Amino acid sequence: MAATQVVRSEWTKIRSVASTVWTLSLAVVVTIALGMLISGLSAHEFDNMSERDRLSFDPTFISFAGMSLGQLALIVFGVLVVSNEYSTGMIRTSLAAVPKRGTFLASKVAVATGLALVVGVATSFVTFFLGQAMLGDHRAEIGDPGVLRAVLGGGLYMALIAMFSMGVAAMLRSPMLSLGILMPFFFLVSNILGNVSATEKIGRYLPDQAGSRIMQVVTPIDDDKPYGPWGGLGIMVLWVVAALLGGYLTLKKRDA
Amino acid sequence: MIEAVGLTKRYGDKTAVYNLSFQVRPGSVTGFLGPNGSGKSTTMRMILGLDNPTAGHVTIGGYPYRKLPNAPRQVGALLDAKAVHGGRAARNHLVSLAQLSGIPARRVDEVLGVVGLQDVAGKRSKGFSLGMGQRLGIAAALLGDPQVLLFDEPVNGLDPEGILWVRNLMKSLAAEGRTVFVSSHLMSEMALTADHLIVIGRGQLLADMSVKDFIAANSAGFARVRTPDTEPQLREKLAGALTEAGGHVLPEQDGALRVTGLPLPRISDIAHDTDVRLWELSPHQASLEEAYMRMTQGAVDYRSTTDQKAGLQQQLPPGAQPPMPVPGQGQPGWYAPPPPQQGGQPFAAPQGQPGPYGGPGAPAAAPAADAPNPYAQQTPQAPQAPAQPPAAPAPSAPAALTKPEDAR
Repeated sequence: MAATQVVRSEWTKIRSVASTVWTLSLAVVVTIALGMLISGLSAHEFDNMSERDRLSFDPTFISFAGMSLGQLALIVFGVLVVSNEYSTGMIRTSLAAVPKRGTFLASKVAVATGLALVVGVATSFVTFFLGQAMLGDHRAEIGDPGVLRAVLGGGLYMALIAMFSMGVAAMLRSPMLSLGILMPFFFLVSNILGNVSATEKIGRYLPDQAGSRIMQVVTPIDDDKPYGPWGGLGIMVLWVVAALLGGYLTLKKRDA
Repeated sequence: MIEAVGLTKRYGDKTAVYNLSFQVRPGSVTGFLGPNGSGKSTTMRMILGLDNPTAGHVTIGGYPYRKLPNAPRQVGALLDAKAVHGGRAARNHLVSLAQLSGIPARRVDEVLGVVGLQDVAGKRSKGFSLGMGQRLGIAAALLGDPQVLLFDEPVNGLDPEGILWVRNLMKSLAAEGRTVFVSSHLMSEMALTADHLIVIGRGQLLADMSVKDFIAANSAGFARVRTPDTEPQLREKLAGALTEAGGHVLPEQDGALRVTGLPLPRISDIAHDTDVRLWELSPHQASLEEAYMRMTQGAVDYRSTTDQKAGLQQQLPPGAQPPMPVPGQGQPGWYAPPPPQQGGQPFAAPQGQPGPYGGPGAPAAAPAADAPNPYAQQTPQAPQAPAQPPAAPAPSAPAALTKPEDAR
């Protein structure tokens, strides 16, 4: 059985359920709307900022502020794509049709990631341009050094978050369990660990903390992170690879 | 051809399937029977490579399922009617499966027509009834025009027309030389559909033979003898004479006698010799259901108990008859007479035991078909002492009935 056939089948599956449209459009809307809101507020606040804050002012990164909430919708998307198979029992039909489980998981992840990447990159560009429009005089231009990298990186970040969720869902199988762990983790735990000074050094290696470095153009003055934009994304990729590997081994070993 | 060799599956310390070896041959419908929890579905899942056997192996056409080239074109399976994403339209579900093995979309519309779902092809399957879900599952199994077909409980939830359709479908698939393996709880259905039976209980093979042999080996026919209702002493007299002649006599709920071990002409002769008139003397062949019940009664994991309604029971109005227990409920061994070749212990049925409601002794109940209204009986039957088998002690309390000595 050719992998292209499995990919086509997975594409049919993913486009024929409503949850795909809902989660992805929620991610787009939330990321863009929140990014515009924060950008507008920041432009308003700029004159009241301290000298220090003005030096660290990163218009590109500010326009991506909506990503912190938008990524949650992508997590739901990634989790549902995989765990729907288990919660509905479809997994038995699927695996009976595709006995090679590695091919099955790889095709599913490839299709969902491709979709998340297209949506992510598009969202990233729209968010950037609308956010810069809200920033007015303080805006960055797409041609400025590092800005294009940050905007493309925003799209990559969204795709990687979705991939990471798929790996976790393949390990945990249950949508409730996967979401119950991933949502609070990315919404609260990661932020707390990354901002409390005692745990900061560990927190910065978490997937979202490390990965979001790619969206920064202006390095904060007191930044002591040991990795650059691509290094951070590399750390996130390692997390994703680990999650997918765990998911693959779970799928291969366990009974469906 | 499906071949299992020494198939064993353990979940923790629970053994679901133990040392199961069988072959499912092409060209006939093979029924797969067993009580709830006996390992039927686990076996089906192992055949499809969904569960890994703890020991042993199972192959289809010589290949383990996961190594089978282009599996969807060789094997079609219906495991669970609800194993579909409810938010996906029926047609899209089938299209996604068809694309896996390069089956054209035209074929999807064909099978939708075959199962009669063409009008709801664009509807989401979460709104489907169980019967429609079964039809969708059967459509998925037929999609690749496979040589080997597995169906787990395919007639669940189907209407009579659907059941008839499935029955004819299975037979025609087998007639085309395909291998058809069907599990079901409905014995009557299996009797009409299957040519060959594989029976398991508690994960172990109980029988692997043709339907005809299975009935013959596991249940004997019996004769029903009815003496005039107006003269109960004649019945006592005849029962005594028949027992003396080597027959085994079991009273039925409605006053008839169930006789095994004697041919019909001999019963007639004995009745004539003892001057007993007969109102009925009829031969009865045990059904597949009875044979199956007899075979698996020791291997049933989940047996219903009689509902005592303790604390809920209202005082019966004076003069009212306490209800008789429903035949079969919480009573092992009420069903079929044993095969004659087992010799000497014909009736495992407890007789004359106290009713669970403290009412009169309930005689061993006949199968429900023979006793249309068990509540209508006005005079309790006296137990037939001579027919009481010495080796089958009747449990005295209903609670004990739920756990026969070999049940754990």
